[in-house]
Amino acid sequence: MIRVGVPSKGRLMQDCFDWFGARGVVMRRSGSDREYSGVIEGVDGAVPVLLSAGEIPRELAAGRIHLGVTGSDLVREQLGEDEVAEVAKLGFGAADLIIAVPNVWIDVETVDDLDAAAAAFRKAHGHRLRIATKYHRLVRDFLQAQGVADYQLVDSQGATEGTVKNGTAECIADITSSGETLRANHLRILSDGLIHSSQAVLWASRVAEWTAADRAAYSALAAKLGVAARPF
Amino acid sequence: MTPKAAIRAEGERLLAAFVQAGAVPVEADILQPAGTLLDLYGEDIRARAYVTDDPIRGEMMLRPDFTVPVVQAHMAHGAEPARYAYLGEVFRKQMRGSGRASEYLQVGYEVFDRASPEAADAEVFALFRDLLSGLGLRPVTGDIGILMAAVRGLETSDRRKAALLRHVWRPVRFKALLDRFAGRAPVPAGRLALLERLKAGTPAQLIEEAGTFVGLRSPEEIAARAEALVADAETPPIKATEAALLYDLLSLEAPAAHALSHLRGITPMLPAIGPAVDRFAVRLDALAARGVDVATLAFEASHGRTALEYYDGFVFSFLGDGMPPVASGGRYDALTAVLGAGAFIPAVGGVIRPGLVARLKGAVA
Repeated sequence: MIRVGVPSKGRLMQDCFDWFGARGVVMRRSGSDREYSGVIEGVDGAVPVLLSAGEIPRELAAGRIHLGVTGSDLVREQLGEDEVAEVAKLGFGAADLIIAVPNVWIDVETVDDLDAAAAAFRKAHGHRLRIATKYHRLVRDFLQAQGVADYQLVDSQGATEGTVKNGTAECIADITSSGETLRANHLRILSDGLIHSSQAVLWASRVAEWTAADRAAYSALAAKLGVAARPF
Repeated sequence: MTPKAAIRAEGERLLAAFVQAGAVPVEADILQPAGTLLDLYGEDIRARAYVTDDPIRGEMMLRPDFTVPVVQAHMAHGAEPARYAYLGEVFRKQMRGSGRASEYLQVGYEVFDRASPEAADAEVFALFRDLLSGLGLRPVTGDIGILMAAVRGLETSDRRKAALLRHVWRPVRFKALLDRFAGRAPVPAGRLALLERLKAGTPAQLIEEAGTFVGLRSPEEIAARAEALVADAETPPIKATEAALLYDLLSLEAPAAHALSHLRGITPMLPAIGPAVDRFAVRLDALAARGVDVATLAFEASHGRTALEYYDGFVFSFLGDGMPPVASGGRYDALTAVLGAGAFIPAVGGVIRPGLVARLKGAVA
C-alpha cells in the first residue's frame, strides 16, 4: 500500500485534492470534518495520509510515506537529493524565498551592496549584520555561493518581517507571495535577492520501502497523473 | 591492530616526531565556543562544523580544527618563541555521498617566532617533508602575501583595495570585484539604477523620502555608503597594465625558482610586491638550505585561497591521488592579531592526517 502524504487543511489541501481530482484520482477526507483520515478513489493500492505540510519532508525522509505533497522550499531546506525525487510540479502554492532590506537603505539594491553594507556594519557595530530567517540552509548556500561575508543568520520561526523594526535583525530572508507584508513593514526585496522560487511539488521518498505491489500501484497512479511510470 | 588503533599509532609517531623537533605537546577542548569560530569564519562554518548547544555556555562547536584554540592558548599565556604539537580528533560535516570522514585525527605543529618568519616557514615545511617522505606525495606551495601586497599596491581607491583584500579567500567574489574595478565587467544594472536614484537628492533627503525608518543601521551609515558609491562610480578603472599583472599573478603556477624569477621580472611594474617577493626569495634560500629542491618545488600563487582559511603568507599542501590533502599548513600572522585582542606574533604551522598516512602505508584499508 503506498502512503501518500497530503496537507491536512486549508487552501493547500484543497488545491492538492483539485490537482489529483483533475487527473481522475479523487482524494477526500473521510469521517467527520475534524478527523484526519481520507480515501483515494480511482486507483488501488494507495491511501492518503493527512499531515501538516511542514511535517511532510520529515515523513518522506523517514520513509514513512512513499509520496508526499509539500512546498519545494521546505524540501530543499531540509532534505538531500538522495532522500527524495521530484515527481511533478503541481503549479500551486507559489511563493518566493527572498532577501528584503529596509526601504530606507537607499544604498542597497543588490546582494553585492548587502555584502559591502555588512562589512561596514560590522565595523561600526562590532557584530555581524543579522539576517532573520527560518531557511538557514537555503539562505546560507545562496550567500556562500556569492561570497557574501560578515553576516549572521538569526532564527525566526514567524513574524519575520517584524524583526527589523523590533531590532533583532537588520534584514530578513523569508517567503513572500504578494509582498504586502514586506511593504507594511517598510521592507523591500533586493533586485537579485531571489533565493528560491517555491511551489507545491509531489515528491517520492527514496528511503521508503517500495515493494513490487507498491511499484505496480505507483505505475497505475502515475498513468493517471501523467508522470513517469517509476517513482525515481 | 584495529584500523583506529593503527591510525592512532601513526598519529602518536608523528606527534613524537614533532616533540622531538622541539614542540611542547598541548591539548584542546573538543567543545569550542561557537561565537569565536563564527566571528572568524562567518556563517559558512556552520555548513562544515557540528554545532551543538549547552544550556549554560550557549552554542558550541565540535572542534573543527586546532589552530584557533592553540593560538588562543598561546596568546593568553604563551612564552616566546614557542613550538606546540597536538594530536586529536577534528569534526567536519561532509557532503552526502562524498565518502569522506566526518571525524578524523589531526596531528599538528605550530611555530610562534618573531625572529625569522621565513626560516620558520622552511622549518615547518622541511619537517613535514621528512615525516611524509616515501609516501609518493606531491608538495604544492604558495604565498598569499604576494597577492595581498599586489592588491595593496594597486593605483586605486583605498575602498576598492579594502574590498579586494576582504575577499582574498573567496576567489569567485574577488574575481568579480576585480573584473568590475578593472572595467572588464560592466557595472551591474542594479548598481546603475541605484546610482541614478542617488542623483535625485542628498542621501538625507532620499532616506527621508523612503518612508518610515526601521533598523539599527543608522541614517549616517547609510548616507556614508551612498556617498562612497557615488565617489566609487567616479573612480577610474584600475589601469589595464596593472590589472593584467594581477590576473597574471592569480594564475601563476610554476616551479618555485622559476616563479621567483618571473616575480622579479614583474616587480618593476608592480613595485609594491617587492618586499613580499624578497621574503619569498629568503624563504626559498631557507628551503634550499634544508635540502628542498626549489627548482622543482611546485608553486601556485593562488594556492590556499579557499573559504574557511586564514593563511596570509606561505601556504603548502602535500597531496596524494584520490584523497583529501594528506597535510596542509601555512602562515597566519593576522589570525594571531584577531584572536590576541591587539597582541600579535608571526605564526606558521600545519597539520597531517594520520589516517591518510596509515592508508598510504598500507596499515589500514
